[in-house]
Amino acid sequence: MAAIEAEELRRTYKTHTGTLRRKAKEIEAVRGISFAVEPGELFGLLGPNGAGKTTTIKMLITLLIPTGGSARVLGLDVVRQAREVRKRIGYVFGGERGVYERLSGYDNLRYFAELYGVPAREQKARIEGLLELVGLKDREHERAEGYSRGMKQRLHVARGLLHDPEVLFLDEPTIGLDPVGAREIRATIASLTDAGKTVLLTTHYMFEADALCDRIAVISKGNIVAEGTPLDLKRGVGHGTVVEVEVFGIAGEAVERVRGLGGVVAVAVEEREQAQVLVVQTEPDVELTQAILAHLDGSDVGRISRRDPTLEDAYVALVSE
Amino acid sequence: MSSLRLVLVSWWLQFKMIMRSPFDGFGNVIYPLFFATTAFFVFRAGDSPRTLIYASLGAAVMGMWSSVSTSAGSAMQRERWWGTLELLVSAPRHFSLILLPSTLGLATVGIYNLVATLLWGRFAFGIDLTIEHPLLFALSIGGTVLSFAGLGFLFAVSFVRFRAAWVLGNFFEYPVWLICGFLVPLALLPTWVHPIAWVLAPTWGMNAIRESALGGTPLPDLLACLGLGLAYIGVGVMVTDRVLRAARVSGSLSLT
Repeated sequence: MAAIEAEELRRTYKTHTGTLRRKAKEIEAVRGISFAVEPGELFGLLGPNGAGKTTTIKMLITLLIPTGGSARVLGLDVVRQAREVRKRIGYVFGGERGVYERLSGYDNLRYFAELYGVPAREQKARIEGLLELVGLKDREHERAEGYSRGMKQRLHVARGLLHDPEVLFLDEPTIGLDPVGAREIRATIASLTDAGKTVLLTTHYMFEADALCDRIAVISKGNIVAEGTPLDLKRGVGHGTVVEVEVFGIAGEAVERVRGLGGVVAVAVEEREQAQVLVVQTEPDVELTQAILAHLDGSDVGRISRRDPTLEDAYVALVSE
Repeated sequence: MSSLRLVLVSWWLQFKMIMRSPFDGFGNVIYPLFFATTAFFVFRAGDSPRTLIYASLGAAVMGMWSSVSTSAGSAMQRERWWGTLELLVSAPRHFSLILLPSTLGLATVGIYNLVATLLWGRFAFGIDLTIEHPLLFALSIGGTVLSFAGLGFLFAVSFVRFRAAWVLGNFFEYPVWLICGFLVPLALLPTWVHPIAWVLAPTWGMNAIRESALGGTPLPDLLACLGLGLAYIGVGVMVTDRVLRAARVSGSLSLT
């Protein structure tokens, strides 16, 4: 039995436009996705902002009811057996919210230990063990409002582990952290599967998914566009070439013209200080450098380089389709 | 047993949070004194010591009610802003066991309001309040706090589903002062108001506190107050699952 299973999972939201003449509009956030996560696996759901990652995770942790399809966690239906699911899962999200700032880190954990039904006689040892694990020992009696973003994030991780859940859902747990803080959280995540936990991680950092995940599903516009090991995904776009052109002030129309060229797989623009870098992935054996430059007529062009595609290029190609 | 422990620990931590908020704390210290001062100036014109004691007790319960009605809504709104509401809903314990200690914590702050108002009346306006039945007076306060917590809980359940409903907390503050006879006896109000007052626990809590302080028979009022408080909690528990399901369908839990 898979630890997490989603079958044709779908979720639409109703939203309104206008003030006096309100019009209802339906937005499809998740469009019928299917995947399975095996016990003890670290599975990554990778996608850009607004791709449907958080909506998917919220359906799996029983906070949202799907509008179509079904999902099971440890064989339990997330709609019909929501309370049973909640006893067995932990949920951690990124950012500074989700903490009672006026309480100490210790009191935060004590409160959630009660909410998660941790037996009274086990609470103290469990909380102290987790504070040790996430490196908050000696700061636990300070109010959380004085914690750094990284400390709050580690407090989130400790909270998610309080009731020793079999399955953990981590929604962008390193978002907004400095490199050292993010590395510490990643080390903690890596240790979770060693302890036998099943982890579903959402992120929009390709390197993070590559470093941590056994398997990855790339989600874009509510659909899963690729699934496999990081190596599988790299192989998928291992052919072709990437042309990088440094440009000072590129117009949106020029980017669209480059995108329309025959042989172009994907186009992205990266901001680098005063310049932008136009990253163009091309099909194998296609030479497009001159054609690209011709479409940039009128822009100041700097350095031009060619290289082999990386995993990040694979991701950009997948979510650009 | 574990449910009782959950309620007690949660109540204590909620109470801790309320007391640590400088603005809430300042408001809670100052507001009841304003209510009391206004009531004392208005009723001093009547030149009757008994009327002043009547107003003093009314102003005290006004403060208690204000603390619950306005704070119950804003407490849920704060859970949304802090991003903790989703964590509370996704916890395996029944949501009503999580919500009730929160409103109970707020109602407990109301006890300060009552004590502060009575002391303000004593020292600033010379109103000497002699409690005829101290034990029944204490029980009446306890019963009123519990029933206010029950009513606040019922409000809070609706605030979980409807984001803007916290405004209703403010809306209900003043009508309850009037309808439940905090300052003006119910008998002076139009008869169509009476049934509304009867289904509101503050009416009976107010009567019980006055009867026990001034030497009457507070028990029937106290029982009615407690009965209604328990009924509010019962209705709240029953609708909690339905409200949460509606919020999970609409996806409104994460909205601020």
